[in-house]
Amino acid sequence: MRVAVVTFPGSNCDYDLYQAVKQVGGNPEFRWHRDRGLDGVDAVMLSGGFSYGDYLRAGAIARFSPIMEDVVPFAEAGGPVVGVCNGFQILCEAGLLPGALIRNESLRFQSEDCRMRVERTDTPFTRGYDAGQVIRVPLAHAEGNYRADAETLARLEGDDLVLFRYVDADGAASPESNPNGSTANIAGIISEEGNVMGMMPHPERAMESLLGSTDGVPLFESLISSLAGSAGADTVGAGR
Amino acid sequence: MSDPTPAPDSAPRGTRALRPGSVDPRAGDPEITPDVVADHGLSPEEYERIERIMGRTPTFTELGVFSAMWSEHCGYKNSKPLLKLLPTEAPWVIQGPGENAGVIDIGDGYALAFKIESHNHPSAVEPYQGAATGVGGILRDIFTMGARPIAVLDSLRFGDLDTGRVRYLFGGVVKGIGDYGNCVGIPNIGGEVHFDRGYEGNPIVNAMCLGLMRHDDLITGVAEGVGNPLMAVGARTGRDGIHGATFASEELSETDDVESRPMVQVGDPFTEKLLLEASLELIKSGHIVGIQDMGAAGLTSSATEMASRSGTGVEIDAALVPVRERGMTPYEILLSESQERMLVVAKVGHEAEVQKILEKWELEAEVIGRVTDDGMFRVTEDGTTVCEIPGMPLVDGCPTYQREGVESPEIAALRDMELPEADEPARDLAEAWVDLFDSPNLGSRRWIYNQYDTTVRTGTVVPPGSDAGVVRIRGTKRAVAATTDCNGRYVYLSPKQGAVIAVAEAARNLVCTGALPTAITNNLNFGSPLKPHIYHQMKEAVTGMAEACAFFETPVTGGNVSLFNETDGVAIYPTPVVGMVGVIGDIDHVTRMAFRDPGDVILQLGDNTNELGGSEYLYHFHDLVAGPPPAVDLFLERSLQQAVLAAIRGGVVKSAHDCAEGGIAIALAECAVGGECAVGFEVTLKDSIPAVPLLFGEAQGRILLSCAPEDADDLVELIREYSVPVRRIGTVTEAEAGLSISLRDRELRVEAGDIVESRGNALPRRMDAPVATTPDAAHD
Repeated sequence: MRVAVVTFPGSNCDYDLYQAVKQVGGNPEFRWHRDRGLDGVDAVMLSGGFSYGDYLRAGAIARFSPIMEDVVPFAEAGGPVVGVCNGFQILCEAGLLPGALIRNESLRFQSEDCRMRVERTDTPFTRGYDAGQVIRVPLAHAEGNYRADAETLARLEGDDLVLFRYVDADGAASPESNPNGSTANIAGIISEEGNVMGMMPHPERAMESLLGSTDGVPLFESLISSLAGSAGADTVGAGR
Repeated sequence: MSDPTPAPDSAPRGTRALRPGSVDPRAGDPEITPDVVADHGLSPEEYERIERIMGRTPTFTELGVFSAMWSEHCGYKNSKPLLKLLPTEAPWVIQGPGENAGVIDIGDGYALAFKIESHNHPSAVEPYQGAATGVGGILRDIFTMGARPIAVLDSLRFGDLDTGRVRYLFGGVVKGIGDYGNCVGIPNIGGEVHFDRGYEGNPIVNAMCLGLMRHDDLITGVAEGVGNPLMAVGARTGRDGIHGATFASEELSETDDVESRPMVQVGDPFTEKLLLEASLELIKSGHIVGIQDMGAAGLTSSATEMASRSGTGVEIDAALVPVRERGMTPYEILLSESQERMLVVAKVGHEAEVQKILEKWELEAEVIGRVTDDGMFRVTEDGTTVCEIPGMPLVDGCPTYQREGVESPEIAALRDMELPEADEPARDLAEAWVDLFDSPNLGSRRWIYNQYDTTVRTGTVVPPGSDAGVVRIRGTKRAVAATTDCNGRYVYLSPKQGAVIAVAEAARNLVCTGALPTAITNNLNFGSPLKPHIYHQMKEAVTGMAEACAFFETPVTGGNVSLFNETDGVAIYPTPVVGMVGVIGDIDHVTRMAFRDPGDVILQLGDNTNELGGSEYLYHFHDLVAGPPPAVDLFLERSLQQAVLAAIRGGVVKSAHDCAEGGIAIALAECAVGGECAVGFEVTLKDSIPAVPLLFGEAQGRILLSCAPEDADDLVELIREYSVPVRRIGTVTEAEAGLSISLRDRELRVEAGDIVESRGNALPRRMDAPVATTPDAAHD
């Protein structure tokens, strides 16, 4: 399964995403942001980093990169698109996901392991997890504080579009377990169509016990097996 | 593969005809007077030497060039004779001192480039940018060797955290290091920070970087091939940081934080990331012969040093250098320290290919001159020569000074003074144990490293917070470990012994992670060498470091010297920071400091002593930096380290931790609370030593190991084979049982939670108070 990993000027987790996709048997391909045409890839991943130095606002400039003119129609046609960290910020700026990510409540860059509860396991990104499973994944960002207006939040909650929530070791979404001030402890969301997913923590950094956690592996395996399962179909969305 | 036809528009520009031999002052240049010479940090004798070299009065531009190249920062005029004492060679050293970074062989066809560098002066006046550009500079030193940066560490010193100004400096430095490294995407894997009034006026900010490459990717900063074009690559040249190298070689005064701020460079990590990728692509492309960072002294030092290494000359047309603003003089262009710039010597005819690679990364590359065969550093401006200096004396002719060093009687008296009663019958030592963790020197560093990305690049095996950081080499079984160490108090009280301890401790830290200590980069931070007692510190410390490095077979492959770290005449503690790297042949042997399972046996290697000099205990409870630092026995250290490495490789060691600042009580507690889940322990220390030095003395040569009970006998036997003192001192328990140490005459017991709280809050409770954001608001 071919997965395009997009490199914007300033991306710095593209290599890690590439390795993660490869580890679970996918075929990752780097795409420079000026490359046009996605060339029939099965999925697109936008990596973490500081695209364009995060100048103006995180993700605000990258959304105007040439390749986004192909990523948006790809997503709109049902193609799976994953944004991690800066990639999530770019997806929000591009309007592929609702809401915005603002400065952490601490006003500092935060780098630590966080725990997240997997809120849904019927998506192409999470079907390898158990329902309600608490996973441990590193996060590293300055602008991961998820915000949306009341109507959007109601829709996210009502339609079960929150995919990951920051929780404590017991699985409770407490204020103490919220690393950045995100509304309702939101760590990751999925589009209504179920094919676009964004999350702040880094599952690609939780792929080996040597490095502290393997809790990211099911996410990449889910994606690759969903792609394999839907080969030839128009969409791999969660079908809601 | 290569195109023999020169690019149509670049060759004529780079080889513009010149009029050699006629150098006249530019219109508007200041006249060269003794005051102007003094303002450039040059002594009358040095100026006379310049006139002799030139055979005439130098122009203002030429004076500026000499000033930068003959500053301590570039010319090492006060340290060169001492640096020659350091061992620099070993079979595994691929590149020793004199290049952008040292390089060692780490096996499997891989090489490691690494170096440490200071940004003390800029950080004292503008902590955020000072520290950020320090990281930027050291990254460039690594990737100009052809290596991809894989980790950074930082070694920091500040005054006590009880003034707003120090909190402002500390907060700004940490944020600057974080923002720069995080954006470029290089994990921070460790380092150290100390707080002591000895650094009140001058913080120390040393940044170290490790880079990985295949052996055949190595490239150096050379200007070979007469006629090859010089290209300015990356960011444009602006008016920032002019004379930064000279500034960094002077003392500071009370008003400097305002007046000197324009000398501080401004960093842009986004451009750095692009420059990193572009440079590595450029190096692999085969279109260039040499590359060097335009760092301290900017274009001047990069061009002259590259030519000097190759025995060539260079000529540069200042008008061709891409600039940020109009009207910059050659003086400014040559001495600007604008960040994120590289000087590249391309193969003639390959200019367009170089530009194409840079263009992909949205950066510029312009031909600004060429390599010549006359050994001159020649700069023209629109066809007129404005600077023409023989390259060799400019780079290597800087006068060097060997001074007489004399120990300060005041410091000697501190060392020899009688210390407070060691038994302290009135003090509750259990309370003291918990309270010591509230010292910013022993508190958790989490507040710092939570602001650093430690896991990007998915290679960090041991993140900050342990004895040393460890990064794996993907595709091999290997890993590299790195640490920075120096206890400035020890060096202050006894320079030679303190420096020996710095090397020994660094090696001990690496060994505790399972690594074989391999090589060193050093950062020699001192006050003014013009003062006899400071020169004494330098000479003794370098002598001690040289002895220890030779003993441990860890050669020095490069580093940095930062002198004149003084404010209003008060010098920092002498702080020769050791940045040491080690190799772990089998990733399965990586060992961490934290105890793991209740029931495990705790072993102490090495002996406790009745020493309290230079300890954190004395500073924290008695506000004293006094007494002789702990004795260090190099033979015992070596046996200890060999024993621990053998034990780790034997596969039965479950944790290993060095006893350092705060003594064995602190080290034991760190083992208990330093892991993911806290545990407790029951330890008995029967030594006939007063309680305070026994618990909190900082005797060298001690390491704590833990292992499963069934492995303990074999482990003890193995360690005895190395003639290292070893004994079982206790067992790991459940956290609920608490932390307990029994002495001959008393028993100490504390709750794990109390240690966790005290240790965890030491920095946050000081730093998360209303934060000062400007220096003016920060003055208490």
